[in-house]
Amino acid sequence: MITSLTDAGQTTTGEAILFWILAVVMVLAAGGLLFARKAVHAALSLIVVMIGLAFLYVAQDAPFLGVVQVVVYTGAIMMLFLFVLMLVGVDASDTLTETLRGQRWIAALGGLGLAVVLAGVVGRAHYGPAAGLTNANADSNPVALARLVFGSYAFALEVVGALLITAAIGAIMLTHRRRLTPRVTQRERSAARVLDGTIAGKPAPGVYARHNAMDVPALGPDGRPIDTSVSRVLRVRGQEADAQEYAARIDRVLSGSWATAPASGVEAAEPPELGEAGRVDEAAAAGAKEQS
Amino acid sequence: MNRLLAATGNPVVADFSHDQWWVWLVKAVLLLVFLLVSVLIAIWFERRVVGRMQLRPGPNVHGPLGLLQSLADAMKLLVKEDINVRAADLLVYLVAPMVSVFCALLTYAVIPMGPEVNFFGVHTPLQLTDFPVAVLYILACTSVGVYGIVLGGWSSGSTYPLLGSVRSTAQVISYELAMGLSLVSVFIVAGSMSTSQIVDSQTRVWWFLPLIPAFILYVVSMVGETNRLPFDLPEAEGELVGGYTTEYSSMKFAWFFLAEYINMLNVSAVATTLFLGGWRAPWPISAIGDGYFNQGYWPLAWFVVKVWLLMFFFVWVRGTLLRFRYDQFMKLGWKVLIPAALVVVVIVSVSQAIAKFGTISFGVYRTWLMVFAGVVVVGAVISMFLPERKKPGAPPSAKPTAFDAFADGFPVPPLPGQVLPPSPRAARRVATPVEASVAIASGPTTTEEEPRG
Repeated sequence: MITSLTDAGQTTTGEAILFWILAVVMVLAAGGLLFARKAVHAALSLIVVMIGLAFLYVAQDAPFLGVVQVVVYTGAIMMLFLFVLMLVGVDASDTLTETLRGQRWIAALGGLGLAVVLAGVVGRAHYGPAAGLTNANADSNPVALARLVFGSYAFALEVVGALLITAAIGAIMLTHRRRLTPRVTQRERSAARVLDGTIAGKPAPGVYARHNAMDVPALGPDGRPIDTSVSRVLRVRGQEADAQEYAARIDRVLSGSWATAPASGVEAAEPPELGEAGRVDEAAAAGAKEQS
Repeated sequence: MNRLLAATGNPVVADFSHDQWWVWLVKAVLLLVFLLVSVLIAIWFERRVVGRMQLRPGPNVHGPLGLLQSLADAMKLLVKEDINVRAADLLVYLVAPMVSVFCALLTYAVIPMGPEVNFFGVHTPLQLTDFPVAVLYILACTSVGVYGIVLGGWSSGSTYPLLGSVRSTAQVISYELAMGLSLVSVFIVAGSMSTSQIVDSQTRVWWFLPLIPAFILYVVSMVGETNRLPFDLPEAEGELVGGYTTEYSSMKFAWFFLAEYINMLNVSAVATTLFLGGWRAPWPISAIGDGYFNQGYWPLAWFVVKVWLLMFFFVWVRGTLLRFRYDQFMKLGWKVLIPAALVVVVIVSVSQAIAKFGTISFGVYRTWLMVFAGVVVVGAVISMFLPERKKPGAPPSAKPTAFDAFADGFPVPPLPGQVLPPSPRAARRVATPVEASVAIASGPTTTEEEPRG
């Protein structure tokens, strides 16, 4: 740990060096918070500022404040921010359209009011003679802080706690919806899936066909392409490979000598040019129930 | 800082006043070496123990007992091709694994591994540093370390890693709360947040005994904190390919891997320090020779043994339990662990307040507490022998009911107590064994399987 303010009230060289390094990093990160395009980058910059601030607190002999700054703000609150950012969509960019009318003016007015109140409080505050850190931290820093927070400022602490609880309950109330339909559990979902006839999911594209590309439909046991085996997105975009062409190819195969042989005798009666298709057909039998 | 502590009472038991810069340096380097070697051993240990639990030998080829296997794996990771994903946010993508490892390495700095010893001629505790909020510092380091996972998943620019990192954030938010609250009860009884002082407060009794609920809560949340089974949802190779590690390769993946194992060592060390008496010798040994085994370098052995017992617990849990479903996991965190932790904190603080500020004498109070604990334990034991109450509404039918396998519209197998209706193919089934026995009797040539219908 860097030794901080001497008894004369001067900063030591170590603290000065630490300050100037951290100051540059923190100002750069603060700029990043304002100017970053992506929301996650802005959040990252804020984390850097917070950790730098924690270092400064510790260097100024407030280890409890410094560590709690990291645990609470960086560890919990910024994590919550990131969580929400990722849920909303990480690549979502800010819109500048005003959704609430007059929002900016109200916000500006509120900000101005806060500034006036703060200026009034800070301006009227008067500080007594400094007691010195040695005196203040007589029973270690956390104990001294606890005396203040839970002794002198217990009421203020309770008020803040009540405010936070109110906010939390309000948020729950606003987002709460009454359930109008019975809850669908995993059990009902699986039963519905089985009734639907798709026990093992849809057949994979390409796997049973001649190609293993995503856009080539799987073939059923009758040699017909299964349209649902190609991703819906590809089908909607029209990027699916031509199923007719594949079907025609299979038709040509089926009309050959191989078509007359019984299904169980494929291995024995396989004509040389159909080696691949024979295997295709056999494998496609696995997906038989998908089409029925 | 040191000067300040020297001036103000004695908030930290460990005395670092004789330390010079080279002592710090040597201690820090030794800690790094200890952690890295422990990780190599931990990987081997885990694979061997899980192997034994699954009735297979595990790695046993390279080196004696396969000890060099993890070294070989590390070398392999080092020389593998390093692939950067094109869709990645490159700076964050590169920094994330380093954040993970760096934060993981910080914890052991405040873990007391022994009392004051003669360290190359200097009288100093076996601990790099300590301050009045050391345990909070550990929590801070772990919470920043999780950013490595979260940002690694996000910056990969791919769906599965992103899902992994979203899960990781939710996991941290819900489990770190329970973890912190379970530690608070130790702070209350020990009266300090400095690690050396907490170890010092366990001279007579280790805190895991009086604070067994808090200990259980900590153990559950420490497994959640390190992303180990059954809480490895951010990684979940069955669901998310590899979670946040999916797009990482070579050394960048190795960083994450290293961080996970160091974190296991970290939480084990914290549990040892806060609940299991730290470096103190277990009871019968601690009584030998007027505390001979609590002096010098002996405590290092107890510390390491305790940490590795917890590591074994990690492996045991991994070999035993399945991964949670996500909603079950969240339910456990928010509806069980956090309320339980709050209740424990309230009970502990009330009992501590009575002991400290009450008019009742400490001896009498302790007797009452012990009587209460005894009643709870006896009640729990008795409840195990009571017959379980039958659930109303589902009386077990005396005779097996006729079972309709197609009641729901699709075939299902019978549950215990249900019998299938006679199969229409029953006649054929009776006929088959006769044929088979005839075939066997006719000669040894028919060794093939029974033909299937």
